[in-house]
Amino acid sequence: MAAEMLEKKACITGIGQSEIGRRLYRDPLELTIDGCLAAVEDAGLQISDIDGLSTYPGMAIGNPGFSGASATEVHDALRLELNWFDSGIETSGQLGSVIKACIAVGAGLAKHVLCFRSVFEGSAQGAGGRQSIGSDGGSGFRASGPLSWTLPFAAPSAAIWIAMFAQKHFHEYGTTREQLAQIAINARKNAGLNPNAIYRDPMSMDDYFGARMISEPFCLFDCDVPCDGSTAFVVSHVDHAKDLRKPAIQVEAVGTALHGRPSWDQFDDLSTMATRDAGAHLWTRTDLTPADVDILEAYDGFSFLTLSWLEALGFCRPGEGGPFVEGGQRIARDGELPVNTHGGQLSAGRLHGHGFLHEACVQLRGEGGARQVEKQPEVAVAAAGGGNTCGCLLLTRR
Amino acid sequence: MTDSETPPPFRILPRLTDLNRDFWTGGEHGELRFLRCQDCGTRIHPPVSVCHKDHSKNVKADAVSGRATVATYTVNHQMWMPGPEVPYVVAIVEIEEDPTIRLTTNIVGCAPEDVYIGMPVEVVFEKQPDGDDAIWLPLFQPAAEKA
Repeated sequence: MAAEMLEKKACITGIGQSEIGRRLYRDPLELTIDGCLAAVEDAGLQISDIDGLSTYPGMAIGNPGFSGASATEVHDALRLELNWFDSGIETSGQLGSVIKACIAVGAGLAKHVLCFRSVFEGSAQGAGGRQSIGSDGGSGFRASGPLSWTLPFAAPSAAIWIAMFAQKHFHEYGTTREQLAQIAINARKNAGLNPNAIYRDPMSMDDYFGARMISEPFCLFDCDVPCDGSTAFVVSHVDHAKDLRKPAIQVEAVGTALHGRPSWDQFDDLSTMATRDAGAHLWTRTDLTPADVDILEAYDGFSFLTLSWLEALGFCRPGEGGPFVEGGQRIARDGELPVNTHGGQLSAGRLHGHGFLHEACVQLRGEGGARQVEKQPEVAVAAAGGGNTCGCLLLTRR
Repeated sequence: MTDSETPPPFRILPRLTDLNRDFWTGGEHGELRFLRCQDCGTRIHPPVSVCHKDHSKNVKADAVSGRATVATYTVNHQMWMPGPEVPYVVAIVEIEEDPTIRLTTNIVGCAPEDVYIGMPVEVVFEKQPDGDDAIWLPLFQPAAEKA
């Protein structure tokens, strides 16, 4: 007997976001609670209905502002009574926490799991001038773990690591900066219709090429914008999703695979990334195909990652992401596959993967307002991550 | 060696361990060293005390030629931290003896615009003087013409 695909027992019943801004200088736990309460209310539930909690990455690690609140802090702040909870960074991309929540409700560990992701990188990095690695002089500090293989070579940023994947793609397939620019320009166009987006002024091809270079082939507009904000979801078991406030969004399948080495520089194929494995995995868990998908909300921490997801998810063949986005019409809101309809992280702010899932739900519900895709989408993919950490969800309107 | 008159740039250095010491200090003897399974010959990087192929614990560092190929690279223009002057090249190179073993490194000894994918390179060590814990960073420069 085939194993049961537990994620199909899960649906998203509530979505919520806090205030989002470039630099809010607000308590990140308060932002988190704002997002969580909004999601619970949106579902038409009470806090006392919540019996599960899941977050990425949990306890503060990494760059300043990377983690706005831990599971423990939210657990206690809301006095939740939980049957299941989880957090951690070693999972299938930033949405791994939501995927785990789907499995948890499918397994009966919880009925309603509150999922959240909070960042306050805008404020944390803006406070007292730009804080950068080594700015304390680095005296005595020595790197260990994965970073010890890149920091000594002045390669501290994902911008550099992913630029090298992009460069390989350019070399192997003839991908161009003009093509990559379409992902940034499309995001900005959509952000113009999203009142919560950070950057909303139109961007032209000239603007793109006028931006300063960061790490070739990436210029400033290929890199997302740090911000403050919290995104939250309620993931419910389908049996407990009836008669709630909003129509539930069904989880049809998830993609979690990572077959290549879990490493930025040792991954077997430098023109793809872990997107390749997670994207292919998704289609092994559903009868739907890429042709059934109406909208794609795909990670753009760097523009190239969206292109990588387009290929990984089979919307075009490997290497054909450049021609696919060329001219921008195909990925526009009125194109054959609208992409990043809220403005992505490039223009709407780095909510770290969770903004894409939020937008997929908004669009599937038809709540997009000025940016709503005109022909009501029925099927969406939300995909997050890049490099060596990726995951994705296939969603449908119930 | 890069110009010995110029002090090396500030770099965040790796913490030395029994497992990685050969890699980071082999340059003292002009050698690029990787852990290698003494039973099946598989090279292991980053260093782990167990061979991923046959799970033997009989692993020991030995030297490779230092020749490699640029698998991909980027010319970095952003000053992220104190370090080499921008722009500088960050590359992933594949070592000649086993192209599945890669290093993130810097390409030195040529203009950034002269670096290309497929470029043959060879190791050059940058000693970071740090007392007893000195390390020899393996950087790469254009390979000398083969005779």
